[in-house]
Amino acid sequence: MTETQTKNSYLEMDLLRFTTAGSVDDGKSTLIGRLLYDSKSIFEDQLEAIERTSEQRGDGYVNLALLTDGLRAEREQGITIDVAYRYFATPKRKFIIADTPGHIQYTRNMVTGASTANLAIVLVDARHGVVEQTCRHAFIASLLQIKHIIICVNKMDLVDYKEEVFEKIKQQFSDFSSKLSVPDIRYIPISALHGDNVVDESENMPWYKGGTLLYTLENVNINSDLNYVDSRFPVQWVIRPLSEEYHDFRGYAGRVEGGIFKPGDEVVALPSGFTSKIKSIETIDGKLEEAFPPMSVTITLEDDIDISRGDMIVKPNNQPTSGQDVELMICWLNDKKLNPAAKYIIRHTSREAKCVVKDVRYKVNINTLHKIEDDKTIGLNDIGRILIRTTNPLFFDSYKNNRSTGSVILVDEFTNETVGAGMII
Amino acid sequence: MISYNLSHLKQLEAEAIFIMREVAAQFERPALLFSGGKDSIVMVRLAQKAFWPAKLPFPLMHIDTGHNFQEALDFRDDLVKKVGARLIVRNVQDSINQGRAVEEKGPNPSRNGLQTITLLDAIEEFKFDACFGGARRDEEKARAKERFFSHRDEFGQWDPKNQRPELWNLFNGRKSQGEHFRIFPLSNWTEMDVWQYIAMEKLEIPTIYFSHKRTIVDRNGMLLAKSDYITLLKGEHYEERTIRFRTVGDMTCTGAVESEASTLDEIIQEVAAARQTERGTRADDKRSEAAMEDRKKQGYF
Repeated sequence: MTETQTKNSYLEMDLLRFTTAGSVDDGKSTLIGRLLYDSKSIFEDQLEAIERTSEQRGDGYVNLALLTDGLRAEREQGITIDVAYRYFATPKRKFIIADTPGHIQYTRNMVTGASTANLAIVLVDARHGVVEQTCRHAFIASLLQIKHIIICVNKMDLVDYKEEVFEKIKQQFSDFSSKLSVPDIRYIPISALHGDNVVDESENMPWYKGGTLLYTLENVNINSDLNYVDSRFPVQWVIRPLSEEYHDFRGYAGRVEGGIFKPGDEVVALPSGFTSKIKSIETIDGKLEEAFPPMSVTITLEDDIDISRGDMIVKPNNQPTSGQDVELMICWLNDKKLNPAAKYIIRHTSREAKCVVKDVRYKVNINTLHKIEDDKTIGLNDIGRILIRTTNPLFFDSYKNNRSTGSVILVDEFTNETVGAGMII
Repeated sequence: MISYNLSHLKQLEAEAIFIMREVAAQFERPALLFSGGKDSIVMVRLAQKAFWPAKLPFPLMHIDTGHNFQEALDFRDDLVKKVGARLIVRNVQDSINQGRAVEEKGPNPSRNGLQTITLLDAIEEFKFDACFGGARRDEEKARAKERFFSHRDEFGQWDPKNQRPELWNLFNGRKSQGEHFRIFPLSNWTEMDVWQYIAMEKLEIPTIYFSHKRTIVDRNGMLLAKSDYITLLKGEHYEERTIRFRTVGDMTCTGAVESEASTLDEIIQEVAAARQTERGTRADDKRSEAAMEDRKKQGYF
């Protein structure tokens, strides 16, 4: 490759965000270590550092899992406490890994990692097959509308690389996954410890004809995962330079969260309902012909209408639902249980309001996906369906249609902690 | 048909701009921590993009250890003038003079730890409630755990076990009196991304990033620049080498790398082939296994 080619291909590379899930000992850290190591994304000084630590701890081998345990307490206890983000690149793509802990008490961390992911890797131990954890993680991925799941059947080396074992697990999971709404599920037999089918094809499993994990990550098509149909532009900030040069400039800064905006488009501002036309889409580098997700731009309108942070610019013939009664699936993130008598602060796009919980419809048993109707207390790591009423109207879509305009967080008004993650139904 | 696909660099840019606007809207008194290094140069560019054609709605603040490269300081003053930003400088030396901080002893005293004191004093002085930093999660393992909106208690401390979960792009900047946030819009960028972005945007950077001849001392493999702040140890001697810097920090702890890379393209090629992390040249990180984590807990960036 010539220098120019390297440079150009770098500038055209796209980005895949994925999350990894699996039980505590399914080899998640080893898999991530292996991906980084085999794709040559580990630097010598990092490797030396883990070699030193492995030796000190008496691991007897270079423990790739140490690469991902960044905090003192994690290294001491040998567990992952919180979501961490890792990065690597191949000539085709850049990758962001949301590395989430596998412990059951960290469901909230998995939800956090999954909220921005395009794809989820769910690890299954070949010796144990599909277990409760597998189903729970797949369910969370499905709930968070992750469209691609890769079931990595790990530790194939411990079952003599047998095809039957892999096929059986595949069948088990297919039976379960009929309850989920994930359009793209794939299965890859791997050994993270030895590197089979992670980056390099495995010589031990000639019967497997699919691509390696890295090949799949590089080639899965995520372009259609965003919503390019329903135009949504939540306003974050109004730009008024009041300088001599730009004295009359009034721009609405925000990020396109859906659809496509072009100069000349008729738009309506919510909540005022005033209509106007897009005069220009401005950036420091010049005016744009169009803006699409997830671009951050500044829009100017033909008319001076009253728009401020928290408002939303949309198309007149395609408006989001507007209202104060919102039905949510909620994942609870805090030790303090959801209090039906309390008021919470709700954040939705750039809008903030208060809300009360009007009803807890049911709690979900995340292992069986059954509704629990006799116990409706929602505590840490619980997922349930609730109805809330907000003090001001929100302009929203269902989470299924748009992850940005369909998601909210609840904040405790006294501790300021983020206590709930909600997906609008 | 037009492809509605944003390259990863454009996606990272859009994300960083989004975060800067959230901060401007959610906080009353933000500031952008600026050192003159490549990451903070990219930050200034992103801030310009976020608020153009208006000026930056926050000042830049430099915590000057007094041990900086003159080239970086000159560059800083130049950039501030060009951008038309407001610059606040607070000096570690003043904290030492006031008895708020005590200079380290030994042959290689570092003011890295002292910076935290000056920074926290300045945050209190100006009542800043949010400070942008150019830190990236790929730099160091403790930073891989960092949030975009990093909550700090009234003592400026970071508690890795008590971080707010960040979901989708909904950022919660609510805080109690006296607390503040550190904001890291470049969290998802890698060293390579930063260099590619500098090339794409044709940004100017201090000359010390490019290959040049300099008098250095080789201290256990660390190539430290000759300066008034460093004393030769027994058996050490100064020599001239062709070097450049991968990071710009304090002269006493920023090691150079031997390099012939004199253009951005050459730097990018070099970074692509590098087998050492960028912070492999930083003595401050090598003091202990958890050096960065410990400093962050005390209030470092």
